[in-house]
Amino acid sequence: MGAPTLDDIELQLLLEAIFLRYHQDFRSYSLASIRRRLAAARDSLGFATLSAMQDAILRDARVFAALLQFLSVQVSDLFRDPSFYRALRQEIVPVLRTYPSLKIWIAGCSRGEEVYSFAILLREEGLLDRTILYATDLNPEALREAEAGVYPRERVPAFTENHRLAGGKGSLSSHYTARYGAAVFDRALRKQIVFSDHSLATDSVFAEVHVASCRNVLIYFDRALQERALGLLKGSLVRRGFLGLGAKESLHSSEHAAEFREVVRGERWYQRC
Amino acid sequence: MLTGPSRPRSLRPSAAIVMGGSAGAVEALGVILPALPAELGVPVVVVLHLSPRVPSLLARIFAPRCALPVAEPMDKQPLGPGIWFAPPDYHLLIERERTFSLSIDPPFRWSRPSIDVLFESASEAYGGSLDAVVLTGANDDGARGAAAVRQAGGFVLVQDPTTAEADEMPLAAIAAAAPQFVGTPAEIAAVLAAATTRGQR
Repeated sequence: MGAPTLDDIELQLLLEAIFLRYHQDFRSYSLASIRRRLAAARDSLGFATLSAMQDAILRDARVFAALLQFLSVQVSDLFRDPSFYRALRQEIVPVLRTYPSLKIWIAGCSRGEEVYSFAILLREEGLLDRTILYATDLNPEALREAEAGVYPRERVPAFTENHRLAGGKGSLSSHYTARYGAAVFDRALRKQIVFSDHSLATDSVFAEVHVASCRNVLIYFDRALQERALGLLKGSLVRRGFLGLGAKESLHSSEHAAEFREVVRGERWYQRC
Repeated sequence: MLTGPSRPRSLRPSAAIVMGGSAGAVEALGVILPALPAELGVPVVVVLHLSPRVPSLLARIFAPRCALPVAEPMDKQPLGPGIWFAPPDYHLLIERERTFSLSIDPPFRWSRPSIDVLFESASEAYGGSLDAVVLTGANDDGARGAAAVRQAGGFVLVQDPTTAEADEMPLAAIAAAAPQFVGTPAEIAAVLAAATTRGQR
């Protein structure tokens, strides 16, 4: 679409610099979102241009750490899209019961909303004690927050309503304690979760799992990186293992589509053939 | 100040239309969208502020009333002709290669989806061949985006604030973007219906 603008050139160079210096690969991210995020970082960190920010990033890892927070700002909910979790409970949990032990991978867990949703649901179904949940993200700060499992009190009403709509058994409040205006999730939930650094862009498969869930992460990737990530998710799944995606993500036009079947029509649950 | 509808002067065909609104905008869209002809060969992309926890009914409400196909886009779906509603609790963006992207970045100025986010990304993708429409609403979302569209040479239309259920959104857009057209929903519909033939004999 014509010659690249100065903004395009600066953006490309910055992503290349980040990759060469820190081995974090944002070069195949969707341009529209990352352009907004970088502009927000540039303004907030007080740089006039992306080039000026690049200079600081190359020389100071703390500036890169600060930038990384702007590159992983997604905000989810506990039990976001309750019908997805209803389908997990009704269609997939009965199959999971047949395994003596379970491994589940939450890829791109960000600040942990999804992994706690899974852990709570599994506890309610009596499966948590035999499950290991791998929660991975490329942002160490997000992983620390996820591991802490602390959410501001004002988010709890939405969490509670989603939990109820997702078919939650009993009260969500039995899974957290209220402290200093925050909800702190139960240590026993965290005991089953392994938090770990992993990039869908640069790392490979690290475990064999029965369920892989990667929701609202692929939307930030371009087509090629989406295919790479889906390949990793597929490669991690046992035969007849389950893949969960976000409400607006689909295997429909993926090269991996033929190796999966849709579990529940309209919900983003797929089973590896 | 406003002295009735101004006449559109920007006479070039449009490649895409983006629209945004909040309070009262379902009614305004009820006038505009059914008036768009089936042969309008451009995408019409709409952001409405709604409760994030209500599954979107907009596509289902509007489909039977519109000549154009109506849908919610999936991530990376190409923009084709028809009416596209932003799904609830996502930002909707447009990539340069004219596909949709979704994001769960934080609400921008308290809104997700945000009209500004749609308009600014659409402006990057379409430059001067974009029409942007700001409807009735109770905050200033859309004003920055409309200004970006205007800056890039696009055509900005704003609902006449005196006809708006909530006038804050159209007033903010008028102040920020100096729109080429201000009118009632019916007048806006008439301008948009000619979007692809505009400026041609």
